[in-house]
Amino acid sequence: MAALFAVVVALAVLPAVADKFYVQLFAKIMIMAILAMSLDLLLGYTGLVSFGHAAFYGASGYALALLTPQYQAANFWTSFPLAIAASALLALVIGFFVVRTRGIYFIMVTLAFAQMLFFLFFDTKIAGGSDGIYIDVRPVAKIGAWQPFRLDDFMHIYYLVLVLLVLTYVLLRVILRSPFGRVLAGIRVNEQRMLSLGYPTFRYKLACFVIAGAIAGVAGYLSAIQFGVVNPETLGWHLSAAVMMMVILGGMGTLVGPAIGAAIWILLEIGFQGLPQAGGVDFGKHWQLFMGGFVVLAALLLPNGLIGVVDRLRGRRDESHE
Amino acid sequence: MEFNTFLIQLLNGVQYGLLLFLVSSGLTLVFGIMGVINVAHGSFYMIGAYLAWWLTAALGSFWLALPAAIGLTVAIGLALEALLIKRLYRRDHLYQVLLTYGLILVFEETRSILWGDDVRGVPIPAILSASIPLTETLSYPVYRLWISAVCLVVAGLMYWTIQKTRLGMMIRAGSANREMVQSLGLNIELIYRAVFAAGITLAGLAGMIASPVSAVFPGMGNQVLIVCFVVIVIGGMGSVKGAMVASLLIGLVDTFGKVLHLEIGGLKLLPELSSMTVYLLMAVVLLWRPEGIYGRRL
Repeated sequence: MAALFAVVVALAVLPAVADKFYVQLFAKIMIMAILAMSLDLLLGYTGLVSFGHAAFYGASGYALALLTPQYQAANFWTSFPLAIAASALLALVIGFFVVRTRGIYFIMVTLAFAQMLFFLFFDTKIAGGSDGIYIDVRPVAKIGAWQPFRLDDFMHIYYLVLVLLVLTYVLLRVILRSPFGRVLAGIRVNEQRMLSLGYPTFRYKLACFVIAGAIAGVAGYLSAIQFGVVNPETLGWHLSAAVMMMVILGGMGTLVGPAIGAAIWILLEIGFQGLPQAGGVDFGKHWQLFMGGFVVLAALLLPNGLIGVVDRLRGRRDESHE
Repeated sequence: MEFNTFLIQLLNGVQYGLLLFLVSSGLTLVFGIMGVINVAHGSFYMIGAYLAWWLTAALGSFWLALPAAIGLTVAIGLALEALLIKRLYRRDHLYQVLLTYGLILVFEETRSILWGDDVRGVPIPAILSASIPLTETLSYPVYRLWISAVCLVVAGLMYWTIQKTRLGMMIRAGSANREMVQSLGLNIELIYRAVFAAGITLAGLAGMIASPVSAVFPGMGNQVLIVCFVVIVIGGMGSVKGAMVASLLIGLVDTFGKVLHLEIGGLKLLPELSSMTVYLLMAVVLLWRPEGIYGRRL
């Protein structure tokens, strides 16, 4: 708890000492951390291995882009909840179909539905096709004449992201401690038993899927206002796989682990992109080769993520699933 | 729709379906027998197509390139199983997905380093370049018929091997109980290695024979992988029969969805949206039979 508090304080004072590049980098990391924590609710706590989680991240970005009138600003106070509602609604519809499957089917079906959405935006002209769509004017957060923060200022975005990261963490902790969260944990361990105990597991899993989708929507909205662009890649399976990797890399079912995983993942990407040319091959351009190799190694060597390694070093028994 | 146009679309649908079967049967076999989900399966379709393009140019003939490419794909499969895949047998599906996803990135980037990112084409071999005239204006290319024929022959061979031969018996026994087969003195590790290599070679072969009629391009493997997942969800995981039925179903639905310009309740479906029909089919099957048409009950 004390360590968490220290990290939040450090993140809060970071903009005072770092320049714009690092402030934006850490904003991106925190956005990915929100996304990774939302997936952890499915993956680590409920045992639902979703391979299409990016769909809900991308959906809210597209919702914002479509809600923004051309050359004008959308209203933050309406577009933010509407974009999250769009993600939640999508999760409800997709969840209705996918939650009835299990194991390997769940993996394949979540991926297939996410790709359906990807191709919908990629192949049609609904929102700029394969190039994506720009949000030229960022939403305005006015209440009457008073504007508490400005979304065209990278500092304000940074603090908004930080606040939402903390809120997401607290919300997820509250959910997991609640009776609802205990049922989810029960479903992960033995769904059949929960069914026989009289819990309608379908509804619990669907609710969990919708909550995770809505939180992914929060991350997607933040990303859209930070970068001012939404494209089909934000829905694509490469992002879904990357988020999954962040969760596992950090340690499933720990919430903090996936957030750390998000930071490591993004720093690795930047590190590999900076690789020099050697032997006529531009390794920086082919950075994904190293990401791929890293994923292979991590899948082989890190069954419990980095948190698992830390726990082992400390000689603690596995507490990852409280 | 004219009868001849209908016939051509029917043949196209069946050909696409059979090609899909070739790819998805490999995926379903590897899962059904070894319990490994290989999301890099589509990459072997891509690798097969690129090998066909590269070797056709290097050796001067598609007919020389084909056996060479098959040999290379088998070699890659054997090496991969020995190095990485065999470490996945007892692991959770999650780690299988991750490791094989990492392989996709490695394969795509290696392809990009070796052969670049341009779209390539393979000429249709001279013997099969003719077209069968149907009417004065319509004709059907022989090469597409040849693709269907190859797929059917491979499907027959696969059925015969699994159901009628001693090797097939060992494979079926190995999928039912790995330890028992091992304790009976059979080399299950070798069997698994062969099955994995055969599975990815099916995908590679599909990419090779499809390369003259479809462009050879980066990302072609991922496209086919998603469709294969839909095939398997509809047909039932691990069922070769289900893969066949679902592949043909999707081949026909996709082909006719593109030409019919479906009208649902007076709403004209955009041609771009026709690719959605395949996913709609999957959604319907999920409601009706979540385990797939020929799948075991969940």
